[in-house]
Amino acid sequence: MRRDLELIRNETVKVWKKKRFAVIVLILLALVPVFVYAQMKIAQSSQGKYTDWRAELRQRIADNNNALTSDRIPEEWKKWRVALVQQLQYYLDRDVNPNTPNAVRFTNTFLQNAVGLFIPLMVLAVASDIVSSERAGGTIKMLLTRPVRRWRVLASKLVTLTMYVSLILVTTAAVSYLVSGLVFGYGGWREPVFVGFRLNGSDMDTSGVHAVTQGAYMLMQLGLVWFSAMTVAVIAFMVSVLVRSTAASLVTMMAAVISGSILANMASSWHSAKYLFNVNLDLSVYLQGSPPPIEGMTLGFSLVVLAVWAAAAIAVSFAVFTRQDILA
Amino acid sequence: MRTNAKARDLMDKASESTDTEGAMLARHEPPVLSVERLSKTIRGRKIIDDISFDVRAGEIYGFLGPNGSGKTTTIRMLVDLIKPTSGRVLVCGEDVNKHPERALRHVGCIVENPEMYGYMTGWENLDLFARMQEGIGDARIEEVARIVRLDARIHDKVKTYSLGMRQRLGIAQALLGAPKLLILDEPTNGLDPKGIKELRAFIAELAAEGMSVFVSSHLLSEIQLLCDRVAIIDGGRVIAVGDVNEMIAQAEAHTLWLFEDPEAGRRILAEDPRVDVAERDRALLDESVLLALPGAVPTRVRQDDIPGVVARCAAAGAGVLAVQRVVPTLESLFLTLTGGERDASGS
Repeated sequence: MRRDLELIRNETVKVWKKKRFAVIVLILLALVPVFVYAQMKIAQSSQGKYTDWRAELRQRIADNNNALTSDRIPEEWKKWRVALVQQLQYYLDRDVNPNTPNAVRFTNTFLQNAVGLFIPLMVLAVASDIVSSERAGGTIKMLLTRPVRRWRVLASKLVTLTMYVSLILVTTAAVSYLVSGLVFGYGGWREPVFVGFRLNGSDMDTSGVHAVTQGAYMLMQLGLVWFSAMTVAVIAFMVSVLVRSTAASLVTMMAAVISGSILANMASSWHSAKYLFNVNLDLSVYLQGSPPPIEGMTLGFSLVVLAVWAAAAIAVSFAVFTRQDILA
Repeated sequence: MRTNAKARDLMDKASESTDTEGAMLARHEPPVLSVERLSKTIRGRKIIDDISFDVRAGEIYGFLGPNGSGKTTTIRMLVDLIKPTSGRVLVCGEDVNKHPERALRHVGCIVENPEMYGYMTGWENLDLFARMQEGIGDARIEEVARIVRLDARIHDKVKTYSLGMRQRLGIAQALLGAPKLLILDEPTNGLDPKGIKELRAFIAELAAEGMSVFVSSHLLSEIQLLCDRVAIIDGGRVIAVGDVNEMIAQAEAHTLWLFEDPEAGRRILAEDPRVDVAERDRALLDESVLLALPGAVPTRVRQDDIPGVVARCAAAGAGVLAVQRVVPTLESLFLTLTGGERDASGS
């Protein structure tokens, strides 16, 4: 056990000294202010137009209803708009402003938008080379000729990866909160958010709806984002075991993640696509109560699909790594 | 390839002497490294074919073969980087493949190039590997850094090291756990002559302290200067095992003759029944030796006969400038061991 902790420490030091995490923090520090600025511009323009948030909300509902009557909008877009209209109406009926500008709201929205692409890409920066870099650099020969069983070496890498994924998520949320707070103020933890919207065909079932605080909402969201980020991470981990070159493993995984977000937009009639891991990554749609990319997908379904993919990836990683010949 | 009678004779002789000495040793302790009928087949091709040998405590053991003969594949099997198709490797009695965590405790190795993490310092690298094994503290890291004389640069990033320094850091890493067996794969590759000399002295020192050292090389002279015993591998098979000097003595040595009057000298040698002028063997000889004696005549002659032949040449006025015995090269040793079949089979 003590030896295992030392192994995990070693792997953590390697990733750290390679400055992978530093690069991720720099990317966040460069990009988050851009998003904050964009959000500030949106807030300013609507403030100029409306004096009351209720008037703005009514206008949005009316706009979306108008769009629904048009024939030119595809069916699935309509479904999404119907859900949105009904949610907005729910907020209006209960006199709760769904768009108060504050750092917590910004962070929640940012995580929501980042779960599909931005966070997976940052996770790949660590996951894609944690094994392949040892093979590409030849250091695997030193690593595997020490008196430690191979599965222990791989397990230490997996634990390290889990810790970095968690750290990346927390850092993303923290940077987003701290930077946006400069503009929007650091409050908003206790503001209510409605969760539990359920879609029944094109009808919104609001019987299960209840209010949670934005702080609680952020925790729930972080949990879901962590789950999908970990799935991407362990699949990348497997690819990193199978492929010798870091570049090849990174490109493979990026292609998989990006094609997932493309598929999610076009596969609504190809139902078996819902068993692919990459269309299930956006778990926050279930929290928001928007329609899932493919009919029949639910939170439970997506969690199971991701868990099965992740478990299979871990099994393949260990089976291959402990048996493979290190030939070159 | 079929070994001829001479090679078999040599092998028998070698194994005989090994057996008697081995029997004496075996009563005290098992061999440090024992390779038993090791074979490896990759994609239907037999890369390593049924090789066996033992390395005893405190001996420097050579593993000699041309490039592509299976040296590196064998070494990778010794340290559990490649799983053997059949056969086994025992280190201090522990099966490397079944219990790497026990067997590899006694092994330090460099397989091919000594690759380390370039983005960390030498010290951080050593610290990393020290943590993978019980009971290696900072004091030991300091000690091995001093042993390989890297203490002045140990806190610099490895990517700033020269090849020689990386080699030394690799050796430091291998020595960390005070292993009973040190495995070095072509350790002199990329080193300058001074570095090679230092390395040789260093290895001899380690062996004197009781460590067994297993060194692979494709240079016979290298092995001859360094090793006590040698296993010669070709085409994935061990074709001879035994004492280096004995083996070289069995190989046909050549003698080079350089005359003031080459025409006369060559004629006298050709007429002398004790001398066999072997112009055809020129290709087998070490090029650097030929370079030092331009125009020399390669011959085969028994050492006892040399003074007589020299006297005769001198009397005839050929003017002997130099007579030099030439250490056989790996190529000529192969010819002796396999009776020339190696070239005929085109391998």
